[in-house]
Amino acid sequence: MAQELPNKSVIYERQLDVNFADLMQSMPGGENLRRCIQCGTCSATCPFSHVMDYTPRKIIYLIREGFKEEVMSSFTPWLCASCFSCRVRCPKEIKITDLMYLIKREAIKNNHYPPKTPIVSLTKESVKMIHKNGRISEGYLMGIVLLKVSFLKLLRMSGLGLKMLLTGRFPLIPEKIKRHGELKKILAFSNKK
Amino acid sequence: MKYFYYPGCSLRGMGKAYEESWLKVCQKIGIHLEEIEDWNCCGSTTYLGFDEIKSLVLVSRNLAMLEKEGGSEVITPCIACYYLFNRTNHNLRDYPQLKTETNKMLQEVGLTYSGNVKVRHPLDVLVNDGWMEKISQNIEKRLERFKAVCYYGCQLLRPYCEFDNPKNPKNMDILVSLTGVDVLDYPLKTKCCGAIITSNIPEKGLELVYVLLKEARKRKADFIVVTCPLCQFNLEFQQEKIMKVYEEDVGLPILYYTQVLGLAMGISLKELGITRCLTLTPEFERSLI
Repeated sequence: MAQELPNKSVIYERQLDVNFADLMQSMPGGENLRRCIQCGTCSATCPFSHVMDYTPRKIIYLIREGFKEEVMSSFTPWLCASCFSCRVRCPKEIKITDLMYLIKREAIKNNHYPPKTPIVSLTKESVKMIHKNGRISEGYLMGIVLLKVSFLKLLRMSGLGLKMLLTGRFPLIPEKIKRHGELKKILAFSNKK
Repeated sequence: MKYFYYPGCSLRGMGKAYEESWLKVCQKIGIHLEEIEDWNCCGSTTYLGFDEIKSLVLVSRNLAMLEKEGGSEVITPCIACYYLFNRTNHNLRDYPQLKTETNKMLQEVGLTYSGNVKVRHPLDVLVNDGWMEKISQNIEKRLERFKAVCYYGCQLLRPYCEFDNPKNPKNMDILVSLTGVDVLDYPLKTKCCGAIITSNIPEKGLELVYVLLKEARKRKADFIVVTCPLCQFNLEFQQEKIMKVYEEDVGLPILYYTQVLGLAMGISLKELGITRCLTLTPEFERSLI
């Protein structure tokens, strides 16, 4: 169940990050953040809100008030399935799904995310694979992520993996693009800035 | 008629059957597809949690190459690619500074992207470009003995969908009923299957899929028709476990709409990739022939 807010006994105003909301609002997708009326439509429509530590509505509240630490260590953005139910229903047209991407980006940039989250490994490994091969091979990706998260889980899933191999849905040779240098050059250029 | 085509990574892996059946159907009704040469991964929604501008660049490289070839439209059967492509177009239009930056990077390899390529899904093309007549003409054996529900999933309809009603989509129902299959009402057709989060919280994933399967069984469907490789995988790979946990027989085969169309056109199960389905029972396989 959702934790009480705030989860430490007392948080003083000086402990809050007053610039956090401005930072989020300045990035593409976060513009309408301060329009939130806390109606809770997003939380009501989200298929995962009841397993989140803070619901989407609370996350928006926390960002606005500067509870950076709580937002960054929350599981909520990592449990967003990108189903866009909230985004199309928000009466204030806040791009809540994009807001979750913004939090994830900040988290990965600063290495600040909740421990033992498989989706963090999945994000990092899929990025690595795209940069290396230009394409994703789901079989390999799933194997690597499971190995990073827990070896036991990998063993438990091996039956499924075998079935996928037998039906030809996990190709043995990873997909690669031909002009890989081209992609590398484009992506490297964006790093320079 | 010729269209440019972007398959996406999933159609070369988990969703192999989707590409096989889609290509067969196109061949049969006379749609010529030209694959974007040396396309790269669109990054999917996972990449959006890493970097905005690089995600835009990944998608734009494909579309820039397409524009260079003289194309103005692209067909993407995968719904994650469909969303990412549309998102890129919208973001390049809404944020001019992102467009400038993206193009600066693309110019490193001599490409530019205008942001105007029209992104289309087969459900849009087949229904709105007048291919239904061609499909009807090619139907050899009608599948009147079957009942089915159509499940659309999320990203095809939300947040960008211009060709169908996002709250009550109809295109897949229309296409599937051309084959004679009795398409049943399915109020859960736009609900979420859990996507990749099923791997994160397995119990919750089971619950979401259980609800979808149970509703379809309650309505006496013989199979569920889907349009997304991830929905297809999610709905079928945990069925055994779901039946154990909920102690209820809710197993159903999950087919792509292209496979149903192909079946009615008399294409073999193997050519349509139906044999790749994990929940294919021998009885069901026999009933299809």
